[in-house]
Amino acid sequence: MQTIHLTIVLAPLLAAIVAGLFGKQIGRAGAHWLTILAVGLSFVLSMVVLKDIYWDGGAVENYSVYTWAVSDGLRMEVGFLIDRLTALMMVVVTFVSFMVHIYTIGYMHDDPGYQRFFSYISLFTFSMLMLVMSNNFLQLFFGWEAVGLVSYLLIGFWFKRESAIFANLKAFLVNRVGDFGFILGIAAIVMFTNSLDYMTVFGAAGDIARQDIAVFGGSPWNAMSVICILLFIGAMGKSAQAPLHVWLPDSMEGPTPISALIHAATMVTAGIFMVARMSPLFELSETALAVVLVIGSITAFFMGLLGIVQNDIKRVVAYSTLSQLGYMTVALGASAYGAAIFHLMTHAFFKALLFLAAGSVIIAMHHEQDIRKMGGIRKYMPITYWTSLVGSLALIGFPGFAGFFSKDALIEAVRHSHWEGQGAVYWIAYLSVLLGVFVTALYSFRMFFLVFHGKERMDEHTRSHIHETPAVVTVPLVLLAIPSAVIGWFTIGPVLFGDFFGPSIFVLPGHDVLAELGAEFHGSAQFLAHSFTAGPAFYLAAAGVLVAWFLYLKRPDLPEAIANRMSGLYTLLDRKYYFDELWINGFAAGGRRLGRFLWTRGDELIIDGVLVNGTANSVGRLAGTLRHLQTGYLYHYAFAMIIALTLFLGWLLWLQ
Amino acid sequence: MIGLYHYLTISAILFALAVAGIFINRRNLIVLLMCIELVLLAVNFNFVAFSRYLGDETGQAFVFFILTVAAAEAAIGLAILVVLFRNRRSINVQELDSMKG
Repeated sequence: MQTIHLTIVLAPLLAAIVAGLFGKQIGRAGAHWLTILAVGLSFVLSMVVLKDIYWDGGAVENYSVYTWAVSDGLRMEVGFLIDRLTALMMVVVTFVSFMVHIYTIGYMHDDPGYQRFFSYISLFTFSMLMLVMSNNFLQLFFGWEAVGLVSYLLIGFWFKRESAIFANLKAFLVNRVGDFGFILGIAAIVMFTNSLDYMTVFGAAGDIARQDIAVFGGSPWNAMSVICILLFIGAMGKSAQAPLHVWLPDSMEGPTPISALIHAATMVTAGIFMVARMSPLFELSETALAVVLVIGSITAFFMGLLGIVQNDIKRVVAYSTLSQLGYMTVALGASAYGAAIFHLMTHAFFKALLFLAAGSVIIAMHHEQDIRKMGGIRKYMPITYWTSLVGSLALIGFPGFAGFFSKDALIEAVRHSHWEGQGAVYWIAYLSVLLGVFVTALYSFRMFFLVFHGKERMDEHTRSHIHETPAVVTVPLVLLAIPSAVIGWFTIGPVLFGDFFGPSIFVLPGHDVLAELGAEFHGSAQFLAHSFTAGPAFYLAAAGVLVAWFLYLKRPDLPEAIANRMSGLYTLLDRKYYFDELWINGFAAGGRRLGRFLWTRGDELIIDGVLVNGTANSVGRLAGTLRHLQTGYLYHYAFAMIIALTLFLGWLLWLQ
Repeated sequence: MIGLYHYLTISAILFALAVAGIFINRRNLIVLLMCIELVLLAVNFNFVAFSRYLGDETGQAFVFFILTVAAAEAAIGLAILVVLFRNRRSINVQELDSMKG
């Protein structure tokens, strides 16, 4: 099995290196064949691993392959922990990556950086696999930073665009804020356990939870809460939770395939995966769980609202991603880790599908991304239309589709979560996820109707050129549409309620909402029927679709009237709650001002002016005064020597 | 009877003359060199006097060394003097103040 694990990780890395360094030699076709075969191999082998560990009852594997360094008993290793959680993530990552690789052939067809792009996405696959397969915090951090780096490279892939450079810098800087928390969390773990290994740390979790740590001038905090909140700050950066979400919408400056792969399906879910992996730690801190829950709820609801006012097709999907990540975070906060991972999986499929479909539309529209200039392209692009419909239905949770099962289970889990004495937190979370359903349906179908139905608003030239995209684009769409439609039906029973994750996710008995839900679960069909009566989620989604239909197809004049009527609210949404202004003008500009102050005052004035040049200047001035003593006449020097000699001799004699 | 005391006096007078020559002479660099030689001679005088007084010939051996070194020194000094005169067309001590601060 070790060989298989290593092959899964190293095949994409090797392909990335060859495609990146020898792109010229192997050519465009060589680059895409090599990387696609490598990632395809990883996908097949990941399936083998999943099959072995789930159907064949293979044992959990936890071993280290390489010891990098040992310092004061702290072992820094490269190792793999392959359990069911990892296996599931590996399959999701490699499958979506595989689809995106194929799709890229069509999307990047005319791009001069073709080989570079394939090299980057293969490198991303390697990094993400390192992240999910890690058995220690150091390798987790390596993967965490490596995916961040590749994300940076890919957002700025078109590096001649001013906006792309701004966006990738923004993504990098915002992620630094999160990563700072993350590495502090890891440092705190090392401080308490002197180990980076997951199992050692999880074993010591109870001890950590009983200790206090002094933060902010002496007031003691529970050590576990501090560690978990710091780790979660890392997750907030990577998974784009409010208020560190600002980079994700801007990351849409990158090519669409990577928006699908990195900024929807895989990298942004690294935070969710990490919290689920750390469940033995998070379970022991109710404070941290409450923070997770509240942050997730805020993101789920308020970011969804922003999707309604966006006009860029990719940004609508990006805000939808933010909102769905918020959902997953809420599930984590409610201790329903399984529900979060389940939603992560279904979301990976349908959100990658939606992004790739959006990319297909963009190709057909000659890189026009404004949905106000689209409309009625259903009849030109039937495959894109139907796959988008599947994706949108899955996203809003239409009964039977993948998103329905995961989202409904998630909402139920939040509803049944146990928060005695913390009523406010419970209601914030529950109302957010519930109202979020309506918002999700509204923005999804607003976009869907504006793009595919209604009047054709593009110019004549563009219209005459619209046609269905080539097979390398549509085949991945169809292949992603299939799991988006049906995977929920088949997997909800075993994955969510069948104790799929086993010991890889730890939940305190008192928190275990999924077990309670599982007791009432009697098959997918019953779950489906139950949803019509159990809660208002289905009706809210239907209402959202109806409102979207009414506003954007029936009465297309209404939205503008509403926007004018409630201009204050509209502006607030249009400016994205002024978060960009807060970060850019507040923190970034403040940082720059502080830097400028320290530069001109501290560095230039005090260090350069007073200390360095000041010393030299005063020596110079002193010497300038003293030099007048030098006459240059020999006899003066001789005289001084004699006088001094006489004086010293006299002194010597006098001493005796 | 001429004793050690007289020799030392002569030596001291010679030394004082030489030092005075160094200070007072402001015209000629050659006089300066001669004064330096005179200082050495005063020292040699002391050496010889003490050597005779103490009955130890080592002092007189030293004198030979000092005389040899003084001769070499005079040669170098005069050579420098010639070069100096070539460059500046003067050996006037008062004009040699290029080390003035």
